[in-house]
Amino acid sequence: MKYYDKLIFELSKEGRKGYTLPENRLKNYSLTALPENLKRKEEAELPEVSEFDVVRHYTNISNKNFGVDTGFYPLGSCTMKYNPKINEEICSLPSFTGLHPLQPDSTTQGALEVYYNLSHALAEISGLAEFTLNPYAGAHGELTGLMVMRQYHMKRGDLKRTKVIVPDSAHGTNPASAAVCGLQIVEVKSKPNGRIDVEDLKPLLDDTIAGIMMTNPNTLGLFETEILEIAKLVHECGGLLYYDGANLNPLLGKCRPGDMGFDIMHINLHKTFSTPHGGGGPGDGPVGVAKNLVEYLPNPQVRKAEDGTFYLHRSEDSLGRVSGFVGNFGVLMRAYTYILTLGKEYIKYVGPLATLNANYIKESLKDCYYLPIEGVCKHEFVFDGLLDKSTGVTTLDVAKRLLDYGYHAPTIYFPLLFHQSIMIEPTETESLETLDEFIAIMRKVAKEAIECPDEVKSAPHNTPVRRLDETTAAKHPILRYRDLKAM
Amino acid sequence: MSKIIEGLYYSESHEWVKVEGNFGYIGITDYAQHALGNIVYVDMPDVDDEVEKDSEFGAVESVKAASDLISPVSGTVVEVNEALNDEPELLNKDAFENWIIKVELSDATELDGLMDAKAYEGICKE
Amino acid sequence: MNYKYFPHTDADIQHMLDRIGIKSMDDLYADVPESVIVKEYNLPSALSEIEIREFFKELGNKNQQLTIFAGAGAYDHYAPAVISQLISRGEFLTAYTPYQPEISQGTLQYIFEFQSMISELTGMECTNASMYDGTTATAEAMLMAIAAGKKKNKILVSSTVNPNILEVVRTYAKFHGVEFEEIQAEDGVTSKADMEKKLEAGDVAGVIVSSPNKYGIIEDFDGFADSIHAKKALFIINADPSTLAVLKTPAEWGADIACGDGQTLGIPLNYGGPYVGYLSCTKDLVRKLPGRIVGATKDVDGKRAFVLTLQAREQHIRREKANSNICSNQSLMALYVTIYMALMGKKGLQEVNELSYSGAHYLYEQLLATGKFETLYNRPFLKEFTLRSLVPAKKVQEKLLENGIFGGIEVEDGCLSFCVTEKRTKEEIDKLIALIKEM
Repeated sequence: MKYYDKLIFELSKEGRKGYTLPENRLKNYSLTALPENLKRKEEAELPEVSEFDVVRHYTNISNKNFGVDTGFYPLGSCTMKYNPKINEEICSLPSFTGLHPLQPDSTTQGALEVYYNLSHALAEISGLAEFTLNPYAGAHGELTGLMVMRQYHMKRGDLKRTKVIVPDSAHGTNPASAAVCGLQIVEVKSKPNGRIDVEDLKPLLDDTIAGIMMTNPNTLGLFETEILEIAKLVHECGGLLYYDGANLNPLLGKCRPGDMGFDIMHINLHKTFSTPHGGGGPGDGPVGVAKNLVEYLPNPQVRKAEDGTFYLHRSEDSLGRVSGFVGNFGVLMRAYTYILTLGKEYIKYVGPLATLNANYIKESLKDCYYLPIEGVCKHEFVFDGLLDKSTGVTTLDVAKRLLDYGYHAPTIYFPLLFHQSIMIEPTETESLETLDEFIAIMRKVAKEAIECPDEVKSAPHNTPVRRLDETTAAKHPILRYRDLKAM
Repeated sequence: MSKIIEGLYYSESHEWVKVEGNFGYIGITDYAQHALGNIVYVDMPDVDDEVEKDSEFGAVESVKAASDLISPVSGTVVEVNEALNDEPELLNKDAFENWIIKVELSDATELDGLMDAKAYEGICKE
Repeated sequence: MNYKYFPHTDADIQHMLDRIGIKSMDDLYADVPESVIVKEYNLPSALSEIEIREFFKELGNKNQQLTIFAGAGAYDHYAPAVISQLISRGEFLTAYTPYQPEISQGTLQYIFEFQSMISELTGMECTNASMYDGTTATAEAMLMAIAAGKKKNKILVSSTVNPNILEVVRTYAKFHGVEFEEIQAEDGVTSKADMEKKLEAGDVAGVIVSSPNKYGIIEDFDGFADSIHAKKALFIINADPSTLAVLKTPAEWGADIACGDGQTLGIPLNYGGPYVGYLSCTKDLVRKLPGRIVGATKDVDGKRAFVLTLQAREQHIRREKANSNICSNQSLMALYVTIYMALMGKKGLQEVNELSYSGAHYLYEQLLATGKFETLYNRPFLKEFTLRSLVPAKKVQEKLLENGIFGGIEVEDGCLSFCVTEKRTKEEIDKLIALIKEM
């Protein structure tokens, strides 16, 4: 195929059009009547292109992209599972997409029912009382969840609880969310076996602790075996337990965060519930809470009246509003479709099969990649680079070499507990054959690292572009076409 | 092996101070620039800002890392090294030639708590 | 366990268990305390695809399709057919965040185009890869101002800003520990005098205004930038990007930060989402700009390419020191509006505004002529306006609803706002007018 690298602006030619609009039948009223000082002086330099130009342009650049539909993503912590096509069909139904978010409840009963039923299905799967679906993404859910935590303490007049405990293995978003929410971070250490050190936790627990943020399984893919003890300790000190739902997938069908003692959690619908990542969004980050926290959820809330109708409710004790309306509704439609498609009969296999796949890869590769913590993992696991460290081939090199062989790279250099982390999560939708092919390639790369290390260090070689000059990009940022053209 | 220069005061967070009269020039050490890699941006305070000993006064960024700048002394910023705005890589070229801020010291006794070159060398070896 | 989304045969599972060295699937969870193992979920049974379609068809029938004469944060603009076809390509739809630039040039390139086009509309030098929506983009603009303002910890927000935006900003302010104060409205617009009074103490980090505002009025910010900058605060304008094809840009008003919702660039109403927020700023503030940013660069062979840049600002590196916790963008919706802006181009977007303006002003005059409404504020507007209703507001809303029209959002007691986009035909507008006349 021909290499294509034009920008849409570079196709522009004065006088071309990509649209048709109806003729103006009310010409007596014209923008020319607006006062001059309210109008822009120069036209915005948007492209002028034909419709076909647009279709070919975006089709061509899509060919430079990798997606779940194209190939395997062994991407740890991201749960890149198959995004079912029926979800896309359902979320595009005009009977839903045409609804204005401020329409009266009586005219949006179908949409409200989707919201209500999805939130209750998530509550059942999580073991919590109630969910808001308003937050737009995982990080947004996390922030909302922490706001619930603070609102709870504030409403009780317990104002000195301004610290939140975060494990040292946590993703950077946890401390960032806490800081945006006005909380200070206290780090708790991990033990050599990758789990939270309960002895290190104990002295941190006092009356300034708002709560603890955890994910279980943790970022190493390991189940926090002492979770019940941790929950007891945190609750005894008056704190709440927050569950980061990034790693919920392996629990599907096996256990529920609510039963482990968590009070608040968020779910990434774009991970566990199969909605597409869309190149970075939109996702959705529903937040679930235990019964005593329901009133604090953000407004508006969706409730069911005694007569079976649904309505938007405004709670006086709510933390406030975190979104324009009721979340990324189109994403909610997809997640609800997924849950209904699997039903209680099949959803319970999601976690076990994802866990089976992860352990299969781990056991098949641990003789060429260094596995720092042995034992059964959950949906993902972490290697600390190649077993043979003498070659000088780094984790980054391995990741880039995988691109040459048609795979997305695993998550690399995270968690920070190891220097050469390679984090792999295969998900339940990948077949044995796909896993075997991936394993074979990983073994081949390990072999190449010994036999022809330079080939690996300079990878990728076969991708649309090769390694980029990120230093110049950051030093002298060029962020728009106008600046690029001026160079 | 990183370069270390005699006659400067050093902090544990890898900043140096060069004293001239009542003024101190503050920069990062060669060890620090090595650890960061290619520096792409230096976030500096404004002239007349107050800096406080052991508090951050800016940050140094590379492509995939960032490190806070911690002031080894207290005082008022009288000058910032404008050259670093266009050429942050100067810190990679010579971390000791390129100071970041010039401060009017408010308490010269703070210098006593800092390390000399020899003591700092020990820190870098750890 | 055989199911269409799980490719495992029984033999596959056995083979895999053998490799792992365990006997059963249950052994994978041997470390989970027995007391928390769940038996079965109380969920509906699995539905076949035929049943799924039927199920949602019935649910959809419980919604009412209305002719939209309302705005207030969500606008019924036209969307060309090309867009939904292109964005449903799996290469775009099912891609991850473009952390591996070598195999993500499609995503990175359209984000660069998005940034470029939004910068054209706002006039600002820098735009990020998009935010969740307009409300959160405005809250993030506040956080930027607080970060840039060093020790200043107060934010002023005009009371003419859409109430949902106001409420989201207030929520973020409350938890971040930011002092939040409203600027009074005067005759339907932000009171410059009140703003200047509240800036006086010098403790304000930023001022947030919007145009068009909650009444639909196009505000005149003449002199605002000087007053705000004299007090070393940042000037933040929330603006509808569609209208910026014709209206004075945030850059021309002297804003430091522009933000808003890109839904007006052809995104379906979708019961409130997904939409797309945008956030733009001056070059001086780019290191405080949250979220993803794409920059142009070259690869080792000298080929032009795009990459996520300025990452050292972000949460995965700065952790609790980052200005924001956002770690994604609304990528696919950014693609949506990028394709929209490409199709509509320079002229189309002007035409959209012209058509909306004509329809809205026709409706405005005709509603006044019915004698059932009177002028609230006599100020310039584009596609949305607010009138005082002389009949009970609720009655107007009900009457319209009974006839399949959604219009007349109560902005204030007894004051209703209407919106007309290029999608509304003269017949639809005339029908609305006739219904009001009947009252």
